[in-house]
Amino acid sequence: MGAVKPETIRVEYAEFHPRWYRPPVSVYWWLKQRQYLTFILRELSSVFVALFVVMTLFQLWALKKGPEAYAQFQQWLQSPLVIALSIIGLFFVVFHSITWFNLTPSAMPVRLGGKRLPAFLVAAPSYVAWAVVSAIVAWLVLR
Amino acid sequence: MEMAETITLEIARYSPEQDTAPHFQSFEVPVHKEWVVLDALNHIKDREDGTLTYRWSCRMGICGSCGMMVNGEPKLTCATFLADYATKGSKIRVEPLRYFPVIRDLVTELGDFLGKLKKVKPWLIHPSQAPLSQGEFLQTPAQLERYKQFSMCINCTLCYAACPVFGLDPIFVGPAALALAQRYNMDSRDQGSGERIAVLAHPDGIWGCTFVGECTRVCPKHVDPAGAIQQYKLTAVFEWLKSFITPKGQDI
Amino acid sequence: MVHLDLRHLGEKLINARLPFVRELCLKYQNVDPVKELIPVRPVVHYMMGGVSTDINGATPLAGLFAAGEVACVSINGANRLGSNSLPECLVFGARAGKAAALYASERPAPNGPLQALVLDERKRLESEFLHKSGGRQRIATIRGEMQATMEKSAGIYRERNLLEEGAGQLRELQERYRDIQLDDRSRTFNTELESALELGFMLDVAVSMIECALHRTESRGAHQRTDYPARDDGTFLAHSLVFRNSDGSSRVEYQPVTITRWPPGERVYGQARQEQQH
Repeated sequence: MGAVKPETIRVEYAEFHPRWYRPPVSVYWWLKQRQYLTFILRELSSVFVALFVVMTLFQLWALKKGPEAYAQFQQWLQSPLVIALSIIGLFFVVFHSITWFNLTPSAMPVRLGGKRLPAFLVAAPSYVAWAVVSAIVAWLVLR
Repeated sequence: MEMAETITLEIARYSPEQDTAPHFQSFEVPVHKEWVVLDALNHIKDREDGTLTYRWSCRMGICGSCGMMVNGEPKLTCATFLADYATKGSKIRVEPLRYFPVIRDLVTELGDFLGKLKKVKPWLIHPSQAPLSQGEFLQTPAQLERYKQFSMCINCTLCYAACPVFGLDPIFVGPAALALAQRYNMDSRDQGSGERIAVLAHPDGIWGCTFVGECTRVCPKHVDPAGAIQQYKLTAVFEWLKSFITPKGQDI
Repeated sequence: MVHLDLRHLGEKLINARLPFVRELCLKYQNVDPVKELIPVRPVVHYMMGGVSTDINGATPLAGLFAAGEVACVSINGANRLGSNSLPECLVFGARAGKAAALYASERPAPNGPLQALVLDERKRLESEFLHKSGGRQRIATIRGEMQATMEKSAGIYRERNLLEEGAGQLRELQERYRDIQLDDRSRTFNTELESALELGFMLDVAVSMIECALHRTESRGAHQRTDYPARDDGTFLAHSLVFRNSDGSSRVEYQPVTITRWPPGERVYGQARQEQQH
């Protein structure tokens, strides 16, 4: 099948290309919607997760250094700034965990007998494990 | 609250031959219980202002043409009742779908989106073409279930209007195109995952997605494009690990 | 207005057996079948006839191809089998596309006279629609009256007086169509111009439908006449072809039906069908 060569077509009709409007996207796009703000806070929570990890490493280092260093560490923990950071951090870490557990069913569809398991059943084991581990840690610390 | 007899629509207008930027124009339309925003637009175009320009076709949520921003939310205007806004006493602001270039009024430019759909090779790739005389493909209900949800997409682009990644970086392949790729990857009749991986496992593909999840929330057909993308992220990682074990050039 | 009452079934049964019905009513009509009546009306669903084509989509006008609902190969006859419209589109779309490509590739590039025709057409659109002022008719008004006329005169049941009345009303509408006024003079995505052109063509199709219906003094498939209730294979086992004469009037001709595997028979149900099969 032969093709018509483009250069043999001389069309007098001029093509009309309208000027598109390209709406600008604001640098504050994440404030325009509740869901966007929640998303950004979720992403931000990883900073506090990292902060807690750093604090734990600090704790291990102080433990290694000896009782005096550890006592200094405990003093530092009780300073108002660290308490404030810890409370905010705790909120973000809990928020991080809940959003993470609730997202896992989307990423991992679990099928039993050809049918897909509902999302809360896939997320449930994570919550159960969280509760169990928290209970064990609480018992170890508070006994 | 009693339903008002009329409601005000504030509609974005833009005509490139006269305007450099959009402006809003208000119209008053009657409220009927079964009327949707699309009915209001047709009422305005038929009776008041024939220049009002928008896309629509089936008016029953299957063609995907009538997507617009209604009070800041991406919606199919054929499935958005005036009554829901009238009972609250609020106005209705209608704008073209967010993050797309605007050709005129409520009409967006979709060429880039259509190109992305084509890029993921949305067809059955089956190199071993058996002749029809050997019979048709067979597929069990369980095999169908694995990709059926992703096949429900009507290409309405509401998900792109919801996606901030696409809004900030239009080169992102986007939710619908990536879900469409998964629709074929998960189809038991398809053998083409290897041909799609280069487009998918790419910074502009799945790795551009940060799982905001807005695409899934606004999807009128419950396709769950966010789920499709996260599932493929796992697949892509396994393929990357496998590539260290299997020799170069091997099909996946 | 006719309504369907499902309220007696109760919410549980409706959700279990008719979930899709409930979803459609809620999503697109704001009606809950559990508590409210569902409005029901007959609608036009499909055009069985269309532009006459051969099995490759070629129309009697050389170089013009058609496929799908707009075309009449004819595979649907007087009434289309359910679900055939989509495969019709796929099969004949592919055939017509290939035939059109082959046709185009075997011919020289568009030349001077053809381009002049294109520019003439653009001038016509500008003078009759885009640049015209002083018209007093709105597209939607004429379209609405056409729809009402066709529903009354060429609906499910037809009869001579109503058909002739409809023909007269359509002639008047075609006159008023010449006095149409557009608001939209833009060259960018002008959907009002598109509507105006489509309305003109719809009026032509409507006139053709009524003309054929008047000539076909029998009942067959979707064409049911209360004044001629029986089927007349002797005279009317044929396709109606409508032509426009140079004076603007219509001319109906007939083309015999190609019968291959299934001879025409009486369509009956129930006991009569049992009897027919023996």
